[in-house]
Formats: sequence, C-alpha cells, structure tokens
Amino acid sequence: MLELVTTSLLNGIVYGLLLFMLTSGLTLIFSMMGVLNFAHASVFMLGAYLSFQLARWVGFWPALALAPIACGLIGAAIERYGLRHVHKSGHVAEILFTFGLAYVIEELVTMIWGRNAVANGVPAAIDFPLFSVFGSTFPAYKGLMMAISIAMFVFLYLALKRTRLGLVIQAALTHPQMVSALGHDVPAIFVLVFAIGSALAGLAGVIGGFMLLTQPTLAHAVGPIVFVVVVVGGLGSLAGALIASMLIGIVQTFAVAVDYSLLDLFRALGLTITRATPLYELWSIKVATAAPIVPYLLLVLMLIVRPRGLLGTRDV
Amino acid sequence: MTMSAPALELRAVEKRFGATSILRGVSLSVGVGERHAVIGPNGAGKSTLFNLVSGRLAPTSGSIRLHGTEIAGAPPYAINRRGLSRSFQVTNIFPRLSVFENIRCAVLWSLGYRYSFLRPIDGLGDVREKAERTLERIRMTARRDTPAGVLTYAEQRALEIGVTIAGDANVLLLDEPTAGMSRAEADAAVDLIRTVSDGRTLVIVEHDMSVVFDLADRISVLVYGEIIATDTPARIRANAAVQTAYLGTACHA
Amino acid sequence: MTRGGAEVAVAGAMPHRERAPALRRHAAWWLAALALLALPYLPGLASDFARSLLTQMGIAAVFALSYNVLFGQTGLLSFGHAVYFGLGGYAALHLLRFINQGLPVPLPFVPIAGALGGLLFGILFGAVTTRRAGTIFALISLGVGELVYAATFMLPGLFGGEEGITASRTRAPLLLGIDFGSQLSMYYLVVAWGLLAAVLMYAFARTPVGRLCNAVRDNPERVEFVGYDPQRIRFIAFAVAGLFAGLAGGLSAINYEIVSADAVGAQRSGTVLVMTYIGGARHFAGPVLGAITITWLQIGLSGYTTAWLLYLGLFFIAVILFVPGGLAGLLLMHVPLVKAPGFVRLLGTYALATVPAVIATAGLVVLIEMSYRLATQPELGTRMRLLGIPVDASTAASWTGALAALILGFVVFRATWPTVAAAFERVQAASPSRSRLPPS
Repeated sequence: MLELVTTSLLNGIVYGLLLFMLTSGLTLIFSMMGVLNFAHASVFMLGAYLSFQLARWVGFWPALALAPIACGLIGAAIERYGLRHVHKSGHVAEILFTFGLAYVIEELVTMIWGRNAVANGVPAAIDFPLFSVFGSTFPAYKGLMMAISIAMFVFLYLALKRTRLGLVIQAALTHPQMVSALGHDVPAIFVLVFAIGSALAGLAGVIGGFMLLTQPTLAHAVGPIVFVVVVVGGLGSLAGALIASMLIGIVQTFAVAVDYSLLDLFRALGLTITRATPLYELWSIKVATAAPIVPYLLLVLMLIVRPRGLLGTRDV
Repeated sequence: MTMSAPALELRAVEKRFGATSILRGVSLSVGVGERHAVIGPNGAGKSTLFNLVSGRLAPTSGSIRLHGTEIAGAPPYAINRRGLSRSFQVTNIFPRLSVFENIRCAVLWSLGYRYSFLRPIDGLGDVREKAERTLERIRMTARRDTPAGVLTYAEQRALEIGVTIAGDANVLLLDEPTAGMSRAEADAAVDLIRTVSDGRTLVIVEHDMSVVFDLADRISVLVYGEIIATDTPARIRANAAVQTAYLGTACHA
Repeated sequence: MTRGGAEVAVAGAMPHRERAPALRRHAAWWLAALALLALPYLPGLASDFARSLLTQMGIAAVFALSYNVLFGQTGLLSFGHAVYFGLGGYAALHLLRFINQGLPVPLPFVPIAGALGGLLFGILFGAVTTRRAGTIFALISLGVGELVYAATFMLPGLFGGEEGITASRTRAPLLLGIDFGSQLSMYYLVVAWGLLAAVLMYAFARTPVGRLCNAVRDNPERVEFVGYDPQRIRFIAFAVAGLFAGLAGGLSAINYEIVSADAVGAQRSGTVLVMTYIGGARHFAGPVLGAITITWLQIGLSGYTTAWLLYLGLFFIAVILFVPGGLAGLLLMHVPLVKAPGFVRLLGTYALATVPAVIATAGLVVLIEMSYRLATQPELGTRMRLLGIPVDASTAASWTGALAALILGFVVFRATWPTVAAAFERVQAASPSRSRLPPS
C-alpha cells in the first residue's frame, strides 16, 4: 500500500510538473496580452519535432537550447505577421486566429514528418537511474524535467512580479495607449511576450516530446488539458496554474491505480445492483477507466463551485 | 418634500477595495420627487456611489434603501426591476443594434414581458409605441435605424439617457450626463433631463455647476468619500467647508 | 395598417426593408423552398452521389444555423457544439432501433427525438456552462466536449463503443406509402425539417428573448441595468441552439444509419465553427452559405488530396484576416454597389487581380502536394499530376518552378491591391450612402 501511494504520488508530481511546463507559457501570454493562444499546444508539438530533428543533426544538448529558440522566433513571427492584425478585432477573433493556426500547424507537421509517430526516444545522455524507490528506478530525464519545470515557474514569477518589464507589460495589457504614450513600444512588447511564451512551449516540447509520443495528434491530445489547467487554476494566475497542474496530475495518477468502481462501493454498502439496474453501465465504470476524464470532471466541478478558478485574478 | 419614506436612503455606506477606502460612511436621503445633485472634486467617489446604489458593486457595509426596501448588494437587474435606472458616464449602449432597438430592449421589462420567445417582438404594439414615444422625447426619431455605434458623441449621450428613462423608472440616477458636451448641447440635455425627471426622483452627478444650480432642489457635496454638506443650492454656495474643498480657502461673498 | 416605418433585419444586419404584404416579405423563403424542391432534378444533380452531397449540405446548414444562435446572435464562442449534435444523433438512432423492433412510429418523426435529445443536454450542460461568457465559456465548452467524447467510450451499452450504434431507416412503418430507402427521399426529409428549423430559428431571433440575445452579445452589462439577467438569456439561447443541433444530428444519424463517437468529437465542433465563421456570422443566411461551401470542399477536395485540412485551415485564417464578415458579408457588401457606376469596372479589377492570385495559389498547391506525397505516401512514388501539370517531387525543377510561381504570383497580386482598392472606393462613393458600422 505504501509502495502504491509513494509511486503514485511521485508519478503524479512528475505528470503535474509536465502539465505545468506546458501551461506556463500560455499563462504568460494570457496574463500579459489577454490572448488565449489555441496554438500553444501546437508550438509545444513543434518543439518536440524540432528537437527530434535537431538532435539527429547536432545531438541532444544543442537541440535542447536551439529548439526553444526556434519556437520563440516562430512565436515572434506569429505575433508580428499574423496576430498583430487581429488584435483590433477583439478577443474572439484572436482566439479564432490561433485556433485556425493550430489546424495549420498540425497539417504542416504532417506535411514535413508524416502522419506516424517519429522515433523520438529518450536521449541516452539522460537515460540513467537517479535513484530507486521500492524497487523501481527513477530516471534522470524525469529529474531534468522537474528541474526545468520548477525553473520555469521561478523565472515567470520573477518576470511578472519583480521586473520593470513585467510591470510595463501588465500595464500594457489594460492600458496600451497610456503605456505607449509613456514611450514604450507596445507592439514590440507584445512580440517579445509572445516569443517568450512560445519559447517556453518549445522547451516543454523538447522534454515532453520523448515522454509522450511525438506525432501530429500530440497537440490535440494535450491541448484541452492545458486549457483545463488554466481555467481550474484561475485565469492569469501563475501559482494557480501550478496548483491546478499538480492537482490534476496527482488525482489522475491515483485514479489510474484504483481498480474499483461505484458499483463496488454500492455493494460494500449493502445495495444490490444487477445488470437490470438503470445506469448499471455508469456505476460499473472502474475509476481507472475513467481516469482520462478526471481533468474535465474537475473543470465542471470548479465551474459549479467556484467559477473564477482557484486563484483567479482576471474576470474575462 | 413629502412625508412618506424617502425614495432613496443611504446609511453609513462604506466601500473598500482591499486596503483602499473609497467611501467612508456616506449617509444620504433623497425624497420622492426631489432633484438631488451630488458634486465633489475628482476622485471623491461619486461614480462608486452610483455603482453601489445601482448594484454594479456591493457595499462593504452600510444600508441602501429604495422606497424603504433594502437593496444593498442586490444584482443590478433586481434593483432596476424595483424602479431605479441609471445612466453611465462612459456611454454604455448596444453598438450593433439600431437606436430604436436600443430603446426597445429597455422598455420590455416595464411592459411586463419577461423571457418570452413565443411571439415576434415586431408584433408587440405596446412595445413599439413606448419605444417610439421615448425616441421622440430624446428627439432621436430621425436616427431611428442608425446603428448606435456610428452615432455622434452627443447623439450617443442622448441615447444613453433614452435607454435610462425608457423603462419608466421612478428613480433616475444620471452620471455626468453632460460630460464632453458643448454649451448648447448641455443646455439641450438639461432641458431634456428636466422634462423627463418631472414627477420622478432624480439623483445627478455633475461637474458643470451651472447645470447643478439650475436643476437641483438639494445638493450633497462628496469629498474623499464623505459627505461634507447637504443643503439647498444657495446655502451650499455659501458654505465655507464646501468652498475650502473646491478652492482651497473659504471665500467671502 | 403599414406605418411605412422601417424594420431592422435580424442579428444586427444592416439593410432594412419597409413593411410589405406578407407574401412579398416572405418571398425569400418561398423561393428558397421552391429551389430546394427542384434542386435534385436539375441536370448534373440527379445522381445519387449529388443528392447525397445535397443532403449533407442541408444537415450541415441546420447545424451551422444552430451554432450561429450561440455565436452570431448571442456572442457565445463554443468549441464543443458537436456534443448536442451527436447526442441528438444517438437519441434518434435509439428511437429508430425501437422502431426497427416494432414501435409504430413512422420515420419522419424520428428527428424529433434528436431535437429533444439536443434540448435535454443543452439544458443540462447549459445550466452550468452559461454561468460565464467570453473566453471562459469557450474553454468550458471545449472541456465539456472532451468529457462527453471520452464518456462515449466508457458507456458502450449506450454509445456502442468504437463502432457506434446502427439502425435501419427502412424498417419502419410507412408514412404516405414512402419508404425512406432512397437518397432522394432522404433529401426531402432533410429539406422539410431543415426549412422548418430555419424558419423557427429565424422567428426566434425576432422574439423579445432573441433581441435580448443580441443585446447580451453587444453589452451584457447594460442588459442587467435594463432589468434582465444576461445569464438567463444565454441559457435560453444555449438550450435553443442545442435543440436544433440535436435535430441536425438526428437527421445525420438517419441519413447514415449509424452514429459513433466522432459525432460529438472536437473535429466536428471545429468544423461547424469554421463553417459558420467563413459563411458569415452577422447575417442569418451566412452559416448556410458556409455550410454549403465547406461541405463541398470537404467532400470534393478530400477525394483529390490528403492535404485538404491544411487548405481549409489556410482558408479559415485568410477569412479571419481579410474578410471578417465572411462570404455573406462580402457578398452583401457588394449588393448596394451593383447599380452604381463603375461596378463593372470593379469586377474587371477583381478579374485582373485573380490571375496572379491563381498562379500563386497553384504554386502553393504544388509545393504542398509534393511535400505531402513525400512525407505521407512515399510508396506512391514522386511523380504526380497536379492541376493537369506533371510534376516530379524528386526534381529540383518542380520545386523551384512551384516556388517561383508562388513568389512571383504573390508579388504581382500584391501590386494589384491599390488598383482594386481605388476602384472599390470609387464605386462606394458613387453609390447611395448607407449607415454602416465601421469594420470590426
């Protein structure tokens, strides 16, 4: 039992930090620009593919540095040449633009690398055991991922709250004309913010790429969960995103280990349930089978109980 | 003034945003049919006061009564249904709807239509008549089908007032209705306000002193979240504390 | 008694009409009905394939119209509208299964089950999800969509798992002697229900709640200050949208005689969004136009190329950037200009600009198709025939040729913009003035 709990907890924390890594750039872009970037998970996917390709040419460590930079440049281009023309049309148009972009990026990836998953395996350099717990080894790449995730949090927290640039950016979000009148180049700031957010997504992609399958459907597989984290954590809150990621990560990991269903609970309470009972199928779903929808159940729950999220600061 | 319950009564109303106190215990009583102006320097809390009374914000503490019924913290639509309507300092209309449609939305509830979707709205004669009457009162009949978003500033301000009065609320709160208007436009607006507030209770926030002294039965002066004086216009003008608040020193008139 | 007063058309559209006798006012509807009745007998459309395409377009049109009740009318952006389409489809097919087993209900009544299914879930999920508007609503709709999609795999008894559930539309009691086995009869079923749905949605938009939906879209805060709760209004719109989406889903389920998880999936939600937006969300008929166009592209293109999703995505982005009013907006923008002098000249400049645009597009298409071939179907070799031109993806000539066409075509196209813009402004200045919202 202790083994199960410890392993699940550890895996849950790993998964949660992976989710946070994915979400952090999105939270940045959203808090600073008010744009909900649907293409965020797509840039994450691009990071995975680019690091795969770059690693084949120059090795893993250079790829770890180059892929995020490439994604940052791509993000800058997206903002400069695309999104910039859409800001004036309002938030809905911005979301739709990034939505269309997500489609396009998924297809571009298919066009270049094909429809099947590419052989993006764990690089040998970080595939060694860090320590052992209850007989199963904890590999180094997971440790690296956790370190990068935590570093992202610290970086973003400081950038948003402590730097002058962060303050200027937050001001530009609600009062762009005033900030511009004060001499700051608001469009350039937006490009910078989008670039940093995209670079973070790309960095997450480098690691996430070999922890998950690198295939064109990757963005669509993780995208919705990222948005759930953002809503549950509360729009605009970095700490909220971290807590929500951990919550979802841990709960979902524990859920996978639970091989019981509500049916078992009813039976334990003495109720007789047979196949003839209405909604028998619903009661007999094992928690483990339902694990994939844990994030969405949490979303609905949060909506009913506390619509602005755990630590929400912005009202949209 | 009448002897019955005041139309609007505030008692010890406070509003804090975090550690910042905007209203520090405001008490005010407006009689039925009275025209009451609230004046004060910028940042005194006048708009916040309106937001509290109209339900846009909830007071941190204190009581707000409309015709004797407590409304503090109630949602705006509940307060509106009880007969209080407000206009906004920054025009707050429906830009993609026509002028006529803007007014039409505002008359629906007062005519008893709730969330009905079984009859076409164009077939509701009483709705059309009331909306057109309101249009005439604000003299916008000629611009009836213009989308509100392309109106001139003065026209939008007139529409703003139109939307506010359309539902026949008996307590009107007007937030700087003549802001940004020329002398001529402001005079026309004041005429309109005078006509539409006939028989109703009016609370108006204004910076334009000529409008205030022209229109108001009584004036309250709000400074740093507190009312320092409530009195007739003549006595307010002579009040030393008011003069100090506005001019820095008392005058000798 | 007609007052001669003008009335503003639905959903905030700009042109206004005077009140006219009922027949003339509803002329557009009668014409549409006649055209739809006659359509499957037109030369070229008399085949089963064409009629099937028309049927799908009709279903998509109802679905897109239901989406616009949320989007264009009430300002709610949903990424999970397929949930109500799909659940309506499941409801309809379950009823059809009972009918197959002997329940004496004729087929034409089955779509009602779809509508009720969509309504039920619209109410159920709407009660929770319409508490918020704007961006949060959009994300919630995405989450609910994923939730329902995953749930369909977890309840195989209800949803049939991966294969979905099936039923037969011919094993049902006959109504007026019609057996709905043929595609033609299916088409008319869709037309009948589709027209009814369109009329009802059009009527809904003109009710007090329908107008308040527009007000909520424009300024939900002010709605509160005129006595209405915007959340209630959004909820009603959501339920109505769910009802008609469920109807469309029911029709689709009957048409294909099968429904499975993809009916509630994210791709279908995305497609209806794209259809509505491209068609034009500001005009009632816009979504219909978008549904027709996108269905045609989907079915037509996917036979020729594996890259059609990319083309769709690029098309969508182009519309967002350059034609935010959609195709309907674009057409309606030109309607008042038709009689103005210089209109023919304007069309001439359009034709002029089209030439380099076509060349650039051709170059782009060749590049994309060659890339797709190399990446996804290498076993078919590198030689292809595109738009009538033989190309070989392994030769530099094909690549440089296509690239040159793209770049040169685009440069020339760009150069024509000032001419086109000038011609447009000239025509607009010469035509009778009309109040128009600034572009947004």
